Amino acid sequence: MLDHALEGGFAQAPQQAAAGFRAALSALARPGRIETIEGATGPAPMSVAAATLVLTLVDAETPIYLGAGHDSPAVRQWIAFHTGAPIVPAARAHEAMFALGHWEDLMPLGQFFHGTAEYPDRSATLIVEVEAHAPPTHHLTGPGIEISAEMRLPSGIDARRDMAFPLGVDFYFSAGHHISALPRSTRVEDL
Amino acid sequence: MSDYNFAYLDEQTKRMIRRAILKGIAIPGYQVPFASREMPMPYGWGTGGVQVTAACLTPDDTLKVIDQGADDTTNAVSIRKFFQRTAQVATTEKTGKASVIQTRHRIPEEPLREDQILVYQVPIPEPLRFLEPRETETRKMHALEEYGLMHVKLYEDIARHGHIATAYAYPVKVEGRYVMDPSPIPKFDNPKLESAAIQLFGAGREQRIYAIPPFTRVVSLDFEDHPFEASKAAHPCDLCGATHSYLDEVITDDAGGRMFVCSDTDYCTTRQEAGHRGRLSPQEDAA
Repeated sequence: MLDHALEGGFAQAPQQAAAGFRAALSALARPGRIETIEGATGPAPMSVAAATLVLTLVDAETPIYLGAGHDSPAVRQWIAFHTGAPIVPAARAHEAMFALGHWEDLMPLGQFFHGTAEYPDRSATLIVEVEAHAPPTHHLTGPGIEISAEMRLPSGIDARRDMAFPLGVDFYFSAGHHISALPRSTRVEDL
Repeated sequence: MSDYNFAYLDEQTKRMIRRAILKGIAIPGYQVPFASREMPMPYGWGTGGVQVTAACLTPDDTLKVIDQGADDTTNAVSIRKFFQRTAQVATTEKTGKASVIQTRHRIPEEPLREDQILVYQVPIPEPLRFLEPRETETRKMHALEEYGLMHVKLYEDIARHGHIATAYAYPVKVEGRYVMDPSPIPKFDNPKLESAAIQLFGAGREQRIYAIPPFTRVVSLDFEDHPFEASKAAHPCDLCGATHSYLDEVITDDAGGRMFVCSDTDYCTTRQEAGHRGRLSPQEDAA
């Protein structure tokens, strides 16, 4: 095992995971809002935000899918050591509860589990690494948004999202020390 | 140094609860199953709310706990002390100073802000449970958005009593999709379910978590000719004179004497401190 796989975890797991969760909660409850999230450092190309989100939410009960850009021995060993999460083979992406990668590496979205009509909560959560959270590209409406909000999203996301609420996947977008989130309940239009 | 992990629960349990909360936020009003743990208090004393609060708390939080609006009842005091001891968080009785509020059966009168989280203790999360006892069936009814039975129940109320007699745990529809039990809050509180705060619901015995994100549309079920009405006792508070707060009726003697007081003790105390007086306020010394 590479030495650096042992590093970059939480120094104070309960407190840092709690802070990470509150950032994740606030971002998901208010789509478009950018939250600071930090505390963990994973091997490149993982951002601090993505690494912290992984340590906050992922464990041995939640298989994770790695996009091609993130599927390296260093990332695999870091996730294995810090979370114990099984890493699903690319051909079985539908078994993943989390996915981590660049937008294009996670396509098509249909390969991830979208939940069932009776259990829509069993769907995957995608952690998408992006370059930046600004400037905004899309206009948002829906739960968590008082009137309207704006957000930077990968181009073509509205065509690729399968809008069959309550089924769907939920997104976190990570860049540097910041995350934003797009739950399945949000309606998206180009600005 | 406390002998417990921060906020009592182990980290793996908190992650599991946190994942359930996030899926609940993503699907407003949908009941997410979770692996509820045994807590050092009996079911029915807020074990669901306590687990949700434990998963949310950070060391910087200020916690308020209310039971039917009151900060000083057994349930509220013991839960507050529980988190003082296991999470070392600051506590308060002031609604405005709290960042996390755990509640049993009330929403504070003071409007909540966007930096606050309201955690409800829920006894029976399934609004259809008394109409259909089988979980397999109610789950199917939610999946198919088959809520006719709930309207029949409200209609039977009207046929029997002349009005919708449901006074608490009044069913709501969240964002036009899921029918949800708002926990046994008085229907007076239903309009406050549309809030700037994050609202999380935890049912420990029934092992369900659900959520309402800020500014989510929450509509109390009704009929065009019998619109929903947020009712309260037609009195002002006898201690602070408030006319728009939810009131408790208190029997004061054996001769039919009674008084009405705000159920939200912080709201009532704050008003009294600001000089508001009610019918039974202690007489002040004449100057």
